[in-house]
Amino acid sequence: MRPDLGIVADMVPRGSRVLDLGCGDGALLEELIRRRGCSGQGVEVSPDAFHACVSRGIPVVSADIDQGLPDFSDGSFDVVVLSQTLQTTYRPALVLREMMRVAEVGIVSFPNFGHIGLRLNLMLRGRMPSSRLLPHRWYETPNIHHCTIVDFEELVRAEDLVAVERVLLNSSGGPAGPWVQRRPNLLAAGAAYLLRR
Amino acid sequence: MTTAGTAPAGSVGRVETRRATLFTQDQPLILESGQRLAPVEVAYETYGELNEQRSNAVFIHHALTGDAHAAGYHEGATRPGWWDNFIGPGKPVDTDRLFVVCANLLGGCMGTTGPASPNPETGDPYGLRFPLFTVGDLVNVHRALLRHLGIRRLLAAVGGSLGGMQALQWSIEHPDEVHSAVVVCSTARLSAQNIAFSAVAREAIMRDPNFHGGDYQRHGVRPDAGLSVARMMAHITYLSEEGMRRKFGRRLQDRESPRFGFDVDFQVESYLHHQGEAFLKRFDANSYLYLTRVMDYFDPFGDMVAAGAKLERVDTRFLVMSFDSDWRFDTAHSRDLVRILAAHRVPVTFREIASPHGHDSFLLEVPEYHRTVASFMRRMEAEAIGGVPGDGPGRV
Repeated sequence: MRPDLGIVADMVPRGSRVLDLGCGDGALLEELIRRRGCSGQGVEVSPDAFHACVSRGIPVVSADIDQGLPDFSDGSFDVVVLSQTLQTTYRPALVLREMMRVAEVGIVSFPNFGHIGLRLNLMLRGRMPSSRLLPHRWYETPNIHHCTIVDFEELVRAEDLVAVERVLLNSSGGPAGPWVQRRPNLLAAGAAYLLRR
Repeated sequence: MTTAGTAPAGSVGRVETRRATLFTQDQPLILESGQRLAPVEVAYETYGELNEQRSNAVFIHHALTGDAHAAGYHEGATRPGWWDNFIGPGKPVDTDRLFVVCANLLGGCMGTTGPASPNPETGDPYGLRFPLFTVGDLVNVHRALLRHLGIRRLLAAVGGSLGGMQALQWSIEHPDEVHSAVVVCSTARLSAQNIAFSAVAREAIMRDPNFHGGDYQRHGVRPDAGLSVARMMAHITYLSEEGMRRKFGRRLQDRESPRFGFDVDFQVESYLHHQGEAFLKRFDANSYLYLTRVMDYFDPFGDMVAAGAKLERVDTRFLVMSFDSDWRFDTAHSRDLVRILAAHRVPVTFREIASPHGHDSFLLEVPEYHRTVASFMRRMEAEAIGGVPGDGPGRV
């Protein structure tokens, strides 16, 4: 499993009922369900990823989360996970609102566009930044709404949500070293948040 | 299983419909209404081999006008069963590994006891004296057939339209008997428009002068005009606007120019006439009344408090699918079902499939649809037979 998914998995309380938005091939849900006593459900728009979930026995609803979450009732989950997906949505604020309607706890992880590597990329080379977490060329990237750690925290406050926990990520998606804590927005390659209403 | 010389590859080959008397005067079928019905004979077919653990059984539920002959070829027949593209060796419901059971519905007219069967009290056909029944009763007859076959638990209950309603009903009422359910272009509740179409179909039958209050058999006649109109209208609802445009457009039937009269001029008219006529050969008008009515009343989540308590026990894994051009039971019907199941922690997988063929899509070979069912069935088989862990402690 990708290191950043391991970090997200560690943030999910054991035994929770989890909705994973943009669940991909279901690797995170498989870990949570088979090894951490959770139960859960995925949402995925890509047909191939959908099939991967079905073959793994992970329940998955094929839907576009930009349309909201009409298939899920208020408070019907304990935790909603949005891992490395926020920046691919057309309406990030709506997605966040829908997450927090369906569960009291939301876990969001995303690549930090304020990371020094990306900043230097643009400043020194004059090119759209890319990195290990952001490998796509500008014309084929699914990432359309990048944000920085500062930007995201501003949205969290604007939505009246509370960030209960924050884990900073290094460029491999693993936990960032302690020195990163001094200047997160400049030094962290990504972040994962545990949010509450 | 013998294979007919003419059967194409991927076919279950030569098959025959068998009959079993499941309820007798001593042990009648007790309907949900409390009424008793006996005898009840059921026509069914099976394909593939039941394994030693009896854990590989799949029940195929037919829709409104289907029958027990879902796959393979009857002796001398050139056309296979109604779901032959779906059931067979290497097909989504793979008879190389699964044991498949399909039965004609209670109230039907293809070998199972229905309104055309003789009423033991009078010796005459029941007609409208046949008791009204529910989807729950249909399922209870299927369960009796399973017991007769020595099977206690299904690997999967599979059906489209009315068939999906049975799979849903079985899973809600007896989740311990159903590992997984495949519910295709179905609904947990007919809409006003759905009921309206059924109502007009029934009116066409009941207003036919040959209907005689349902006792047409005793009068030696049949309400053919009404039944064929009912079928023609229903058939329109099974196709999509786009599908009809593609298939017929405004093309004329065997003519260069229109006749400007009231006879059949357009291809679509000719097609509907053919559908209506062909239907008369195989279907009974009273069965049509009963089996459309059973759908109207189906509403397993009508009392959400009671249903919620039942759903708390359900660990059946659901695959729900719809087709984007289906307006008979459109995607909103499936999504309502998904929302209710997910809200009650029932594991549910859902996908809407693109297909121009409307409600009928579920009977056709739509690749993404078949691929999804095949993946799901493989997984369910691994869980139920192969000991691969399910999704955690069962319920999600």
